[in-house]
Amino acid sequence: MTVALSGKDIASQLEEKFPGSVEETGQDSLVVKSDSLLAVAGYLKDTGSLAFDYLNYITAVDYYSYFEVVYQLTSLKHNHSVIIKSRCYGRENPAVPSVVGLWQSADFQEREIYDLMGIKFEGHPNLKRLFLWEGFQGHPLRKDYL
Amino acid sequence: MATVDFIVQNQLPMQVVPPDWPGGYWWHWLFFTVVLITFTLIMVMGVIYVERRGLGRMQSRLGPNRVGPFGLLQPVADAIKVLLKENIVPDKADKIVHWLAPVIAFAPVLMIFAVVPFQNGALLADLNIGILYVVAISSVATVGVFMAGWGSSNKYSLLGAMRNVAAVVSYEMPLVLAIIGVVLVAGSLSMNQIVLSQDIPFILFQPLGFLIFFAAGCAEINRSPFDLMEADQELVAGFHTEYSGMKFAMFYLVEYAEAIAISAIITTLFLGGWRGPLLPPWLWVIVKIFVVFFLMVWTRSTFPRVRIDQLMALAWKFLFPLALINLFVTAIQVLVWPDALPWVLIIINIAIMVILVVSWSKFFKLGWGRLEV
Amino acid sequence: MTTTEMMTLKTEPFVLNFGPVHPSTHGVYRMRATLDGEVILDIEPVVGYLHRGIEKLAEERTYSGFIPLTDRLDYISPMSNNLGYCLAVEKLAGIKVPERAEYLRVIMAELQRLANHCIAVGSFLNDTGAYYTPFMYAFREREKIVDLFDMACGQRLTYNYMRIGGVSQDIPDEFLPALKRLVEQLPRWVDEYDVLLKQNEILLARTKGVGVLPRETAINCGISGPVARGSGVNWDLRKADPYSIYDRFEFDIPQGEAGDCYDRYRVRIEEMRQSLRIIKQAMNDIPAGPVRADVPHLIRPPKGEAYAHIEAPKGELGYYLVSDNSIAPYRCHIRPTSLINLTALREMVKGWKVADLIAIFGSIDITMGEVDR
Repeated sequence: MTVALSGKDIASQLEEKFPGSVEETGQDSLVVKSDSLLAVAGYLKDTGSLAFDYLNYITAVDYYSYFEVVYQLTSLKHNHSVIIKSRCYGRENPAVPSVVGLWQSADFQEREIYDLMGIKFEGHPNLKRLFLWEGFQGHPLRKDYL
Repeated sequence: MATVDFIVQNQLPMQVVPPDWPGGYWWHWLFFTVVLITFTLIMVMGVIYVERRGLGRMQSRLGPNRVGPFGLLQPVADAIKVLLKENIVPDKADKIVHWLAPVIAFAPVLMIFAVVPFQNGALLADLNIGILYVVAISSVATVGVFMAGWGSSNKYSLLGAMRNVAAVVSYEMPLVLAIIGVVLVAGSLSMNQIVLSQDIPFILFQPLGFLIFFAAGCAEINRSPFDLMEADQELVAGFHTEYSGMKFAMFYLVEYAEAIAISAIITTLFLGGWRGPLLPPWLWVIVKIFVVFFLMVWTRSTFPRVRIDQLMALAWKFLFPLALINLFVTAIQVLVWPDALPWVLIIINIAIMVILVVSWSKFFKLGWGRLEV
Repeated sequence: MTTTEMMTLKTEPFVLNFGPVHPSTHGVYRMRATLDGEVILDIEPVVGYLHRGIEKLAEERTYSGFIPLTDRLDYISPMSNNLGYCLAVEKLAGIKVPERAEYLRVIMAELQRLANHCIAVGSFLNDTGAYYTPFMYAFREREKIVDLFDMACGQRLTYNYMRIGGVSQDIPDEFLPALKRLVEQLPRWVDEYDVLLKQNEILLARTKGVGVLPRETAINCGISGPVARGSGVNWDLRKADPYSIYDRFEFDIPQGEAGDCYDRYRVRIEEMRQSLRIIKQAMNDIPAGPVRADVPHLIRPPKGEAYAHIEAPKGELGYYLVSDNSIAPYRCHIRPTSLINLTALREMVKGWKVADLIAIFGSIDITMGEVDR
């Protein structure tokens, strides 16, 4: 069975390494500040006991006052998984660092989120729209589109 | 061997018109031209039917069975449909080249049938260099194909045409060498003489030559498993992507007419042409052509396609050396043992073929694989 | 310019567009390939031709009303899509599914895996050039499976069979005997298919060593399903994170070593055999009982979020649902198996030729409905 690590397990480790990075710990997930997201992700991937080498998915949810980007990571070696979230406030230019350098599966998924939600991923080599054509105005999956 | 001596002694002089033909030269020419054109067109229809129905049955589906009894009129329906379609020429195409290409592709194929014998002496022109003429003419059809690819101003067509030219040029070598093996055994280049000297069909004397000729012939006419010129999984339709209407009908015709031409050459060279008991000779020719064509349909429905570099490797590294060895062995047999009993030679040749094919294919590696970019 | 410089041919790469309308791109997929002759230097995938906004539509439909939309995602294996979604909703709302429904779900999911691999293997072989013959044979078997689905839910393509809390209706009496007959016939067919193609020289030359995906790249790119297992990644969600009642069945996970097209093809054939094993076990143990939990159709799950993933025939298919206690999901995200599997395509095809591009693309087995959603 893949053990779904709860937020509290990892939060303490992360607080030691990167103080002030964890915003909240929910029951299954933990919310990380977007500036320290890249460092936290790198730590999660490279630490031997955690070894999260497989990125299941990236998605984004629109909660009116903030956007929440959700990442689920799995370790194939230890067979455990964790959910990391990151929030970006403000609807004009939400931005989050890109994890393409760590897990290449983020390539198309981040482009999709940029296309449909409008969240920019800093550091992505090719952040173009994926499904809609260039020149399309607006981001359809937002709650205030239509 | 005994047959060679017999042939050399009784060599008939070349005659422009057979002695028992009523009427003059022009009447002979007119009659045979009309017969050959009709023969080609009707055979193409029959062959299209055999292919579609045969492919269908081999793929566990029915194939055409609505138009006419057992779907026999399906090619007629196809021809009418294609002729009624609009003739679209792309805007940037080279108009003259685009228009000329089907003509240049089709004319040589029709000219091949001039030297295929339907009975003893019944051919349009009993050239005493018959088979050399065939080899020369069949290469001209490639020019037509390349013109089609170039004149379409379409990258897919150009890719298909390039592949075609490369393949045809490579496969000429094994083809010609296999033919020379037969010529050595028969002692003459004239197609009529070759048939006359086949008391025992040459497929038994030249099994390796038959296999090489069949493979090289299939590659020359773009039939599976070498049909990458018009691979519709990759290039939409290869060099005839931009053709429609009557011009497409010409290319369609060319493809099947070439298949019949190669089958006709195989029957003449290897299977004994018009010889056989019971049936009239011209019917034997037609039956043998259908048998060889059915073999082509069979290989089409069974094998996947080879890649272009694997195709070239097959021609140069596999078929060409084998054809050379075959020629060598045949030459030794004809020179050193002209009076050997036929069945001894047959057994020796079949054994050599089996050993060569099995051992060579173990050493042979298809294709180069990936290039570093 | 020196003579050598004048003699060297100047070449430049050109861009060829494998358009959305193409006989072999498995749907409306577009690739812009930069070619140097026949060698591929780079490809740029362009997707979005089938984008229907299903994730946005989910926010307008009720939870049960969204199930038919999930059918249209991966339209080759709709049962798996339904199953994944229902599992996600049941996790969110904490619903327990009755035993008989669990067994029925497993039987349907494994039958769907068989049907999907029929198409995957058939069209992969079609892409290598075996002119529709293996495709037709594979479809013959898929017909039998689809007839069973027709018996169970009345549909042949978009089943809409699973419901939240179970399945929509019980199977008729003739289903289990028909399934028994199928399970006895199918192993023989898989063996026949295997024997015909496993040692075919041309297939080996076209697929062995072609399009290698190294193990580390596969994990990094998030590849799942037969593509990952062909590269040696030992990860199957039915064993690693069992859902439904998969932990009660005994089956093996086939794995490849080299990560080339041939290994992916072999993995799919072996998975078909393992699916038959699971179906036999499920058929014997299926209990009687209700087929759906007693939950209302207009369900209001409590606030929260849930992610459920299944081992769909193409890989890991997951649904991430966020609920705010209303009749429609607040957000439904579908983890697109095929889109993520496409991430590695660029590395896999660099350096190969055009013919290999089509073969490698076919071996990944994508469906555009899932890529674009």
